[in-house]
Amino acid sequence: MELFELTIHELHEKLKAKEVSSVEVTRAMLTRIEAVEPKIGSFITVTADRALSDAAEADRRIAAGEMELLTGIPLALKDIFLTEGIKTTCGSRILHNFVPPYSATAYEKLKQQGVVLLGKLNQDEFAMGSSNESSAYGSVRNPWDTSRIPGGSSGGSATAIAARQAVATLGTDTGGSIRQPASHCGCVGLKPTYGRVSRYGVIAYASSLDQVGPMTRDATDCAVMLSAVAGHDPKDSTSVDTPVPDYRAGLTGDIRGIRIGLPREYFIAGLDPDVKASMDAAIQTYRALGAEFVDISLPHTDYAVATYYLIATAEASSNLARYDGVRFGHRAGGAENLLEMYVKSRSEGFGAEVKRRIMLGTYALSSGYYDAYYVKAQKVRTLIMNDFIQAFRNVDVMLTPVAPTPAFRLGEKLNDPLQMYLSDIFTIPVNLAGTCAISIPAGLSSERLPIGLQLIGRPFGEETILRVAHAFEQATEWHTQKADI
Amino acid sequence: MKFQPVIGLEVHVQLKTDSKIFCGCSTAFGSAPNSQTCPVCLGLPGALPVLNEKVVEFAIKAGLSTNCTIAPRNIFARKNYFYPDLPKGYQISQFEEPICQRGWLDIQVEGQEPKRIGITRIHMEEDAGKLVHGEIPGLEEGSGVDLNRACTPLLEVVSEPDLRSADEAVSYLKQLHQIVTWLGICDGNMEEGSFRCDANVSVMPVGSSTFGTRAEIKNVNSFRFVKQAIEYEIQRQIDLIEDGGRVVQETRLFDPTSGKTRSMRGKEEAHDYRYFPDPDLVPLVIDDAWVDRVRSELPELPDRMRQRFLSDYALPPYDVEVLTANRALASFFESSVELHGNPKAVSNWVMGEITRGLNDSGIPIEQCPITPRLLAELLKLIDNGTISGKIAKTVFDEMWQSGKEPQVIVEEKGLVQVSDSGAIEAIIDEILNREAGQVAEYRSGKDKLFGFFVGQIMKASKGKANPAVVNELLLKKLKG
Repeated sequence: MELFELTIHELHEKLKAKEVSSVEVTRAMLTRIEAVEPKIGSFITVTADRALSDAAEADRRIAAGEMELLTGIPLALKDIFLTEGIKTTCGSRILHNFVPPYSATAYEKLKQQGVVLLGKLNQDEFAMGSSNESSAYGSVRNPWDTSRIPGGSSGGSATAIAARQAVATLGTDTGGSIRQPASHCGCVGLKPTYGRVSRYGVIAYASSLDQVGPMTRDATDCAVMLSAVAGHDPKDSTSVDTPVPDYRAGLTGDIRGIRIGLPREYFIAGLDPDVKASMDAAIQTYRALGAEFVDISLPHTDYAVATYYLIATAEASSNLARYDGVRFGHRAGGAENLLEMYVKSRSEGFGAEVKRRIMLGTYALSSGYYDAYYVKAQKVRTLIMNDFIQAFRNVDVMLTPVAPTPAFRLGEKLNDPLQMYLSDIFTIPVNLAGTCAISIPAGLSSERLPIGLQLIGRPFGEETILRVAHAFEQATEWHTQKADI
Repeated sequence: MKFQPVIGLEVHVQLKTDSKIFCGCSTAFGSAPNSQTCPVCLGLPGALPVLNEKVVEFAIKAGLSTNCTIAPRNIFARKNYFYPDLPKGYQISQFEEPICQRGWLDIQVEGQEPKRIGITRIHMEEDAGKLVHGEIPGLEEGSGVDLNRACTPLLEVVSEPDLRSADEAVSYLKQLHQIVTWLGICDGNMEEGSFRCDANVSVMPVGSSTFGTRAEIKNVNSFRFVKQAIEYEIQRQIDLIEDGGRVVQETRLFDPTSGKTRSMRGKEEAHDYRYFPDPDLVPLVIDDAWVDRVRSELPELPDRMRQRFLSDYALPPYDVEVLTANRALASFFESSVELHGNPKAVSNWVMGEITRGLNDSGIPIEQCPITPRLLAELLKLIDNGTISGKIAKTVFDEMWQSGKEPQVIVEEKGLVQVSDSGAIEAIIDEILNREAGQVAEYRSGKDKLFGFFVGQIMKASKGKANPAVVNELLLKKLKG
């Protein structure tokens, strides 16, 4: 097997045994990036020099016997994570020239373990999108079929795994932005419980929904990455101060007696037949492993998408106000006065989807509409949370599809925002409820497109969903399937 | 028609915390532009606010001292608007459920009955930065943004529209100013903007119960200007109505040079702030234990202290007013009384020499070179007859300069009072011999000359003669 095809845990063993150096692995990765990048477009910035110096440093560290699980492992980050001294665009023209003076806490934690940074990954502009077609740096293509979308907004993070351009990546998930591209690209993507991972230094889209999570080749790597980035951050008031388990140690392979809920609202008539078939097969696999299935109901599911688009856009309209051309980022030339400078800078800097959501959110918060939209949405959000609390009284995890269909074609839904918004229908409720969920490869469609399976856990139940995901991997081969690129 | 003004005040109190409300940057005034900033107060992408607990404590102090209820659950809200010195594009403030609610202050305008003024709310918020125009090296034209002040903690104290005159407004403002400085939560410096006020002013016909349309006068930063601005605004509105015009709801600015207010922006340009709960800050829960702890740490407040000074020390109201003007002065007084025991004597010295000394050297009482102990020592020397009150003033000046103990000064300079009747008698004899003519005049009935003799004797003794002994012996001698 090629070096660039290995997982974190496989590479770790080789680095530890000194069979290979981090510099060698990094070179292999950089060569691979160069080879497939023109077909995929996963990266906005490749930090080759930085990667090689990180790798050299990691090799010194390994030689000195100060190795940790991620030491010397080449990773890449969604371009939403601030990286000190490295351009961070968030997929937007308005930040095309922004070099942050500090780094995100999640990246700082990885750095402490001595990871190698390969670069910054393409994404939907400000993480708004389900197809990665809204990036100012061009669309990303799905490695399984380059005429198709990779999913969004962490599309670049998913394709970099699927096309073997990085061993693991970090993404962010506001309404499904880790799980949905993971599903479409055939990798593992975990959205942790809100507050499990610090958001400090992560460019905010919708603060009450955004969460940082790993995207990897398998559940074991996912556990390793989560252990590294999780935990309380005094710089983020919303990060929770509960101990971080050793997630990898929880991967026992034994899930006998576990109760898996099937929310009936997620198995709807319009579900793609291939997706449906994969879910059915997965249920059989889990039965064989000793899991018990329970039919459950999340009665307010129908309202999730509408609720999400009110809350997320309201927060986004406020979070994106700082991009005004005054102190950093893009400033339009030729303005006659202050208002004109604001208007021109923002008109030039933001793309259509971002503008659409700012407008929607501004409207939802404006006086006269606030109660009818924002406040109502918050009330419905509470109902949706209660659905989950209620359901988790009877089950340990829930099993659902990640997306109603496999990856669609580029441009297919671009002019139909509502259709596009519906592609996150199964992931959005989890963000509204604030709980955790993982997407794992669970099948291939008739057109050989990956199909993901979602396991939803209780708040701070990452250990359980990782264990259930890992057990599935032990019993199947889906996570080892490769895109032909 | 007679008109009745209706006034409500919104006061911004800058809190005297070492660091800002949502980050660890210093709040010191007057540093180089943008030297006290970090990603959080610069509003950089990815930065998140973390609440400074000290701010909450200060807010609870302010609330308890103004008879407010402390809200057990606090939400921070975003107030969204665009301005170049507002780095995030929103200000973090409190909207619904402010930390302090429904309090009051009792004010008294001279010659009127005391009056209770309602406080609607006190909430916590962050300040914005400031724009610097035209004085930036290397910048030919345009403006610079200084964000040192951004994220500085403020309390906004909103009164009920209970005030009915500029004098009442000033009295309320002074009362509030005294409380926040007394609590040590604000330095009270109005020139630097640490204590600034917006006044909402309207007028209505006397006897009416419907308020008129109000104008808001922004950012007035001295007691004098507040009085001027409100008085001008009341008259402007009355004149306008009497001339058949109508007051429009607007924001106005006060110009101290002309003493007038002028329109800044009208209601039609009013912002829709799109308040909503800040999702980056979790709800702040204040339990009873926290409130109780802060309450137990509160100092005695000026009102109570005044009552106590009147009853315990039997001081005249004027003395009490002066001594309780600030907490440090009151505490200086009390420490001195404790060491000396005669409240009136101490009061006289504090209001007299100490205050004069402080004024002359322009220092606050905290830096007074004469401590309560030294003052008490000095007064003891008067009480036990070692020095006269007059000499004491000389000793006082020397103490102020050198910081030496009064006994040491008295000894070094040989200022001990002469009470020995033999020595004094000798001086008296000498003076009476020298001034034989005056003695004759006195004896022929010119009683006023007695003072002249005393003066001469004191002069001859270099002020050291005990005045009581001088009086007694002199009278005896003159009577022959």
